[in-house]
Parts: sequence; structure tokens; C-alpha cells
Amino acid sequence: MAQVITDAQGVKRYLINLSVNGDTHTLMVKGNSLLVNVLREDLELTGTKKGCELGDCGSCTVLMDGKPVNSCMVLAVEAEGRAITTIEGVAPNDKLDKLQESFIDHAAIQCGYCTPGMILSGKALLTRNPHPTEEEVREAISGNLCRCTGYVNIVKAILAASEQE
Amino acid sequence: MSLDERITPEQAATQVGTASGENKEYSVIGKSVGRIDGRAKVTGQAKYTGDLKFPGMLYGKILTSPHAHARILSIDTSEAEKLPGVKAVITHKDVPSLKYGISPARWDENIFCIDKVLFVGDKVAAVAAVDEETVYKALKLIKVEYEVLPAVLDPLKAMDEGQAQLHEDYPRNLNTEIHQSFGDVDKALAEAYHVRTDYFVGQRAYQSPIEPHSAISVWEDDKLTVYSSTQSPHYFQYYIARQFGLPMGKVRVLKTHIGGGFGGKLEPTGLEFAGAVLAKLTGRPVKMFYDRHEMFAHNRGRHRQYMKLSTGVDQNGKILGVHADFVMDGGAYTSLGVASAYYAGALLTILYDFDNYKFDMYRVYTNLPACGAQRGHGHPQPRFAFESHLDNIAKDLGIDPIELRLRNARKANTVTPNDFKVESCALTEAIEKARDISNWKQKRSHRPQGRGIGIGLGAFVSGAGYPIYRTNLPHASAVIKVNEDGSSATLYTGAVDIGQGSDTILCQMAAEAMGYSFAKMQIISADTEAAPHDFGAYASRQTLMSGWAVKEAGEEIKAQLLNTAAGIMGYAVEELDCRDERIFVKDQPEISKSFAEVAKEFFVTQGPLVGKGSYTPPKLGGKFKGAAVGTSPAYSFAAQVTEVEVDEETGEVKIVEAWDVHDCGKVINPALLHAQVHGAFYMGMGEAVWEEVKFDDQGRILNSNLAEYRLPTALDMPKFHSELVDSYEPNAPWGVKEVGEGATTPTMGSISNAIFDAIGVRISSLPMSYEKVWRALKEKRKQQTT
Ligand code: FES
Ligand code: FES
Repeated sequence: MAQVITDAQGVKRYLINLSVNGDTHTLMVKGNSLLVNVLREDLELTGTKKGCELGDCGSCTVLMDGKPVNSCMVLAVEAEGRAITTIEGVAPNDKLDKLQESFIDHAAIQCGYCTPGMILSGKALLTRNPHPTEEEVREAISGNLCRCTGYVNIVKAILAASEQE
Repeated sequence: MSLDERITPEQAATQVGTASGENKEYSVIGKSVGRIDGRAKVTGQAKYTGDLKFPGMLYGKILTSPHAHARILSIDTSEAEKLPGVKAVITHKDVPSLKYGISPARWDENIFCIDKVLFVGDKVAAVAAVDEETVYKALKLIKVEYEVLPAVLDPLKAMDEGQAQLHEDYPRNLNTEIHQSFGDVDKALAEAYHVRTDYFVGQRAYQSPIEPHSAISVWEDDKLTVYSSTQSPHYFQYYIARQFGLPMGKVRVLKTHIGGGFGGKLEPTGLEFAGAVLAKLTGRPVKMFYDRHEMFAHNRGRHRQYMKLSTGVDQNGKILGVHADFVMDGGAYTSLGVASAYYAGALLTILYDFDNYKFDMYRVYTNLPACGAQRGHGHPQPRFAFESHLDNIAKDLGIDPIELRLRNARKANTVTPNDFKVESCALTEAIEKARDISNWKQKRSHRPQGRGIGIGLGAFVSGAGYPIYRTNLPHASAVIKVNEDGSSATLYTGAVDIGQGSDTILCQMAAEAMGYSFAKMQIISADTEAAPHDFGAYASRQTLMSGWAVKEAGEEIKAQLLNTAAGIMGYAVEELDCRDERIFVKDQPEISKSFAEVAKEFFVTQGPLVGKGSYTPPKLGGKFKGAAVGTSPAYSFAAQVTEVEVDEETGEVKIVEAWDVHDCGKVINPALLHAQVHGAFYMGMGEAVWEEVKFDDQGRILNSNLAEYRLPTALDMPKFHSELVDSYEPNAPWGVKEVGEGATTPTMGSISNAIFDAIGVRISSLPMSYEKVWRALKEKRKQQTT
């Protein structure tokens, strides 16, 4: 159980350890703090985007223990003890992940606002299912909205990366 | 840039490669190089305005009206001001009362409403506080007393006697009235073999970029800097300076990355105006932002249009005359609506060759969010109507819809009745190719139950012939600076990459013109201080217009380098050329020097190696009222074929496959070009079947979120083919034309015609939802049984 500290106004704050991209961060968060805001504001990992804050667009997608979640729908306190991967953690060093390369090679990026979420949803799919069908790719990214690409090249990029497995 | 410096079509024919982009003449353009911002965007490094933070930054939001039409009796901000953490609360009393708007013809907006609010979401007050939570709490503490007034929600009744009036200056809620007539339509229709009249209705659609708008205002002494998710730093700078009485040089507007615009981020919003005032009052940077609901309420999306079309044809289906009679729901303010209204009629003449044309339009005010320019600006709904209308005529005459289009298709080097000069035009080739690759004939004649195939054509301007406000500034300009040692070059341009890829293609163009390589290009764009002026990303203008300026700047660099090289190498300038970073003797290419070496020598002997360019279009268009709207140096053309499957039990429409064939001139980056077509089709498809902003009877939006405003997902997108036809535009750098907006114009028509082909009934209002299809089928069955 996270340690709780109550301030003079009676607001409770929880001391949590958050594991993000392999690093552990010790943070004080309110009970209603959203994971997306803690990532963006406290940890300055602004690669995780906010498009709706209602769980509709998928631009805030991160991986929690390998599964894609909308981080605007997750409380920071719920994320304690889970392994969180954000877009900044996909390429562990200077070299890009092959899915990231594939997005560039297939012109699957336009404005790029959906891109972090798309890559993480794609990544989760390929980990679970290294050789998905086109339909499975479409299914896997159907919670990620993109207003620019019509998904055509995003689907191609994910399929092409899967062929390199 | 004078006209005679441009390449002739004959010269071009020998230089230009094929549509596939294969080209021996060019080193950098015509190739699908990866985006210059690709790495930043796949790693999460790319910063958007909402990702930026400044020391001491405050958060700000706008309080909006809960009523569609009401008088403001009083505003009490005292409780909000007392809340700990609140740093400033402002209302109309704290800001200039000067009216503004992006269309200078109708300045009708105030930073905050003074006497009346005009729609649910109109701006009343704003707060700046230490964090978001405090801002939201403070907004709730502002007390506004309203006297609710009757609201005008039905655009067709807005002009009636006895209706409430929105703006005193515009009686009968008439915002824009247009009556244009070319040739003699009455005579043409009277003499026609067949005349048909149809009615169509569009819907309110919203751009829905995935990035919400935000703006950060920072003052240093008397200079204001605004970071904004903007499609045009220039227009923002111009209107912000005007509003606060500042010289433009004291206002710097820039963007970092921007998460899509599609027309919705072309004009400054309350976020910039209120933010600037809050930042001034508090002496701290202020970040203002919209949430998804507020984006829908701010709107500036597609107008709902009511469209009556009458067309007369001869026995062979040749169009003799067209009368378009439209009403447009503008919402509470003008926004870009004057131009939208003109565009609606202006571009109806572009695809088919006819001499007699009449256009009547009423854009009316209603107590709903203001509409503006959405991808294809004013044109997509009339185009949907006309393409559907044409298929109805084809059916009346028993002519195949493609055959009818081929008989009327515009040709190169023609002039429309409303005086648009069309030089390059490969529309016929595009139609034929779309017919062939979609296997049209076979599919049309052997149609399984529930399946249908339809065609729609589209076109668009490659940049507007005239800017939004009157000015003699060039439309585009660019500077290129080569690094001292020649190892890189930076392009400075006001052009705005909103995702379409202009930073990438302009760097390709720069490298081509200089004889340099793309990999060594860098760019600083869309910053009114760091880069020279450009009007920005709208009217599909940048490839052609910004491209001209970049080409000229690159050629200036090359000329200076060749001059220096001539001295070092002992050859005449005319004997030398530069390509792929090598300066060489044309007749003996093995005699060469590297670009970097000569560039360094230039710097040592003559100082910075800089090239500059600018572009102003020639005088275009006729002399009648509104003649400027729709003028352009060049027009793109497209044919789209769509195949659909309709579930006759449920009315569900599935888009099965689609083919787009484009005439967009010479292609600079084929991969980015096709990507534009994909996205444009996607947006048109959403508007064709699902997307519609809906309101209750109080003018409140019912579906201001991305679940109920239904954007298509990856599961809705059909198998899609994007193809090109060879084309070269003499008025453009390297023969280019636009693609991003034009590609959205044929889509609704082609889907409408495919559904018509599938079920034999015309759905004449957008979106062509499952429910409407189901009702139409039910009606059809009823009629068949009686
Ligand atoms: S921001 Fe989380 S789903 Fe849209
Ligand atoms: S690339 Fe713009 S939203 Fe997907």
C-alpha cells in the first residue's frame, strides 16, 4: 500500500514508485492524478499525447506490462508496480526500433500526433503476435484515431515490420 | 520571379519524368525521401505547443456561454479572483473592444462578448492560475447573469421576418449574398433537350485534428511572443498586432510541431487574444488550451449547405448551362465564410466545360458555432451535389456516368465562364485511367446484389490568387544560408508544415535548385521572426507558391557558387553546373570540385553564402464582384471511383475499395503525395457516411467528443489505390500542382454515386448514414409493393 500524506486542506497524496521505461521514479500524486498527466507534467515525457482525455482517441497510449492502455483512463496510483513503456522507451538507445524505422520508411507519419500511440499499439501487437494478418493489424490500431493518413501507410508499416521478424 | 524565367512546357516535356517519379534529370526531387521530421516524430521528441513549458508558466482557460443567444446583464468575477492560485480574471472590460475576424470584409467578433452572447460556447471571460485544476475551479466561480433571447437555429428560417437578429449591422441575418451570372443560363435551359433540378443538403462537419489547439503567450518588455498550433503564423501576427495596436515587428508568432489543422487552425482564436492579455497582466507566460469539447464549440469547420442545382443538357449529355442556388449556415460569426460562400459556387465551373452559369448564395447567421474553411474550402459539398446530380442526369439519358463525364471534361488551356484560366489539365486521362484500373465496365455490368460502384471528380486551386486581406506583400519568400564550411544548408521559410510534409518537400526543392543533397538540408519554418514571410498552409498553396520562392533562393546560391568556382577552376560560368554536391565542367564532368570546398572559399572571400527568393502570382481573374475567389496559377484534377456494399436489411454501408487518379503536375515526393491522397479520401469518406455535428433544440452540441462524432477507424478504411497521370504545369516550379485538398473533393460524390448504383435510390443529404439508407430502402420497397 502506498504511503499517504494528508495536507493542511485535508487533500491526500500518495507516495508511489512508478517504473517507466526501466527507470523507477518516486512521486507524490493525488488520488485522482491521471497517469497521462504524471508522465507529461512530472516526468516530462511529453511524447505521450493528449487528444481527448476521454479514452476515445488513443493518442495517450502507453504499455502497461506490455499491454496498450489509454493513459488518460488510468490513475497514477493504479500504475504502481506495473512496467510502463512510453514512446521514449521504445528505442532503448540511439538506434530506432524496427517499427519506428518502418513508420519512417513507409511514410506512415504526417502530423505525428497519433504516431506515439500507433507505434505502441503496433509494438504490443507484434510482441503478442509476430505475424499478424492485415485484419489483425487494423483491429489492433482501431482504438487509435489518425486524422491524417487514412491508416493506409500505418497498416503497411506495421505489416512490413512484422515480416522482418 | 518573372514569367519568362520559367520553363516552357516544351522544354519541360524533355525534362520531366514519369508519374512514378523516375527521373534522370533530377537528383533530389521526384524521390520518396523520408520526412525530415520523421525521427523526431517516432521517438516522441517532437514537441507540440501543448508540450512546451516555461518557467513560471500559468494555465489559462476561457469561460463560455451556456446559452445560444442571450444578453449579458452582469458579470461578477470577485469570487474567482479570491480563489488561491488565481492570478488574473478578465472580461471584455480588460481587453480592446476592436472587432476582428479573419475576413476583413466582415469583422464581427470581439475578444469577449460585450452585450450579447451569440452561441453556446461564445467567449465571456478568462482566467489564469497556477495549475489546470485551479483554473477549472475559478471558471465555476465567475457569476454571469443572462437574459435569454430567442435563438435562430434553422438557417432556412434565419432570413425570415420576425426572427431574432444576431448582428445589428447585418439585417435579416444575412452575412453574405452572392449573385453571379455568366452567359445566359435561362436561354440555355430553355433550349436544352433535358433539364433536371435536384436538391441536396450537406451537414456540419468538423476538422477534428487530433491535437487540440493551444497557445502560449510570453511578453518580454513590449514584445509579445506567441507559440501556437497555427496554420499561418503570418495571419496570426497580423491580427494580433492589429488587435493590440502593436507594430508587427513586436509580435512574434511561431509554431513547433502541429498535430493537424485541415483549415481549423487558420485563424487566431480567443486562446491567443485572451492569453496575450493574461500574460501581460500577470507578467508571466500563460498557456491557453482547448479541450475536445471546446474545439467543437470553437468550430470553424465545414458549413452546412442547402443546394439546389438545375442543369440543361443536349441529347448527347453535353452540359449547356447550370444554375446553382445555395443557402449556407454560417453560424454566429463570419470566420472565413465569405470566401467559403464564394468558393462554393466558383469552383463548380472547373471540371466541366460549359458556358452558361448562374450562382446565387445566401450565407446566413445562426446562433450556432461559426463555420469556416475545412479541407477543400466550400467546394466538397457542392461537388458532392453536382456529381450526384450529374449521375441522375446520366440515368435520365441512359448514358454511362463515365461516358457523360468524358464528354464534358475540361481540357488543357481553356478558360471557365467565371474567368479561371486552366493551363495544364489531364482530367480526361485521369477519368480513363480510373475507369480502367477499377475495372469499371465489368463491375458496372455484373453487379452482385447490394454492391455498387460510382465515380466522382474533383479539383482544387494550387494556392489562392489573392491573400485573405489586401496587401501587396509577396505570397511567399525564402532564404537559404549555407554553413561556413559548406557541410549543411538551412532553409528559412514562413511556410507551415502541419503534417502534410512541406518542410520535407521544400528542402528537396532547395537541394535540387542548389545542386546540393537533401540529407544536408535543415529547415527553420513558420516563425515570423526567424523566417521570412509566407502566408502559410491553406488553399493548398505551399508546393507551388512557397516552392517558387525556394527554387529562386536555391538558384541564387548555385549562381554565386558557380561564379566562385569559375574563378578557381579557370572556366567560364556557363561551362559549369552543380549537382549532387559537385561543381563540374559540363563537357568534362570528371573535372570537378566539391560544393563544400567552393562554398567555403566563397565565405572566406565574400562573406555569408545566402540566397533569397520570393513569389507573387500574376494578376488573375475577371472583373466581376467576387472574381478573385477561386483564381489560382494552377488547378489539380482528380477522378475517384468507389465500390460499396450495402446491407439491404440494416442499411449499413461498407466502402469496399477505392481508386484515385490524380493530375497534380510534377511530383516532388511520391510517397508523401500518395499519403495526402489517402488522408483526403479518408476525410471525405468520414463526411460521406458518418460525420456530423449535431445540436439539441437549445443550440447545444450533442456529440462534441470523438466517440459520438464518429471518425472512421482503421477498420472502416477500404483497400485503396492512388495513381497518377503525367502532367506538367507551366505556371509552377518544376511543373508542380496541389494535392492535399483537391483529393478530398471527389470523395463524397463518388460514394454517393456508388450507393445510388447499389440501391437504385438517391440519398441526397449528408452524411449518407445507415439510417438514411435503411429508410430509403424501406420507402423503395413500399413503393414497389403498391
Ligand atoms: S487522450 Fe487518452 S484516449 Fe484520447
Ligand atoms: S499523423 Fe496526424 S493524426 Fe495521425
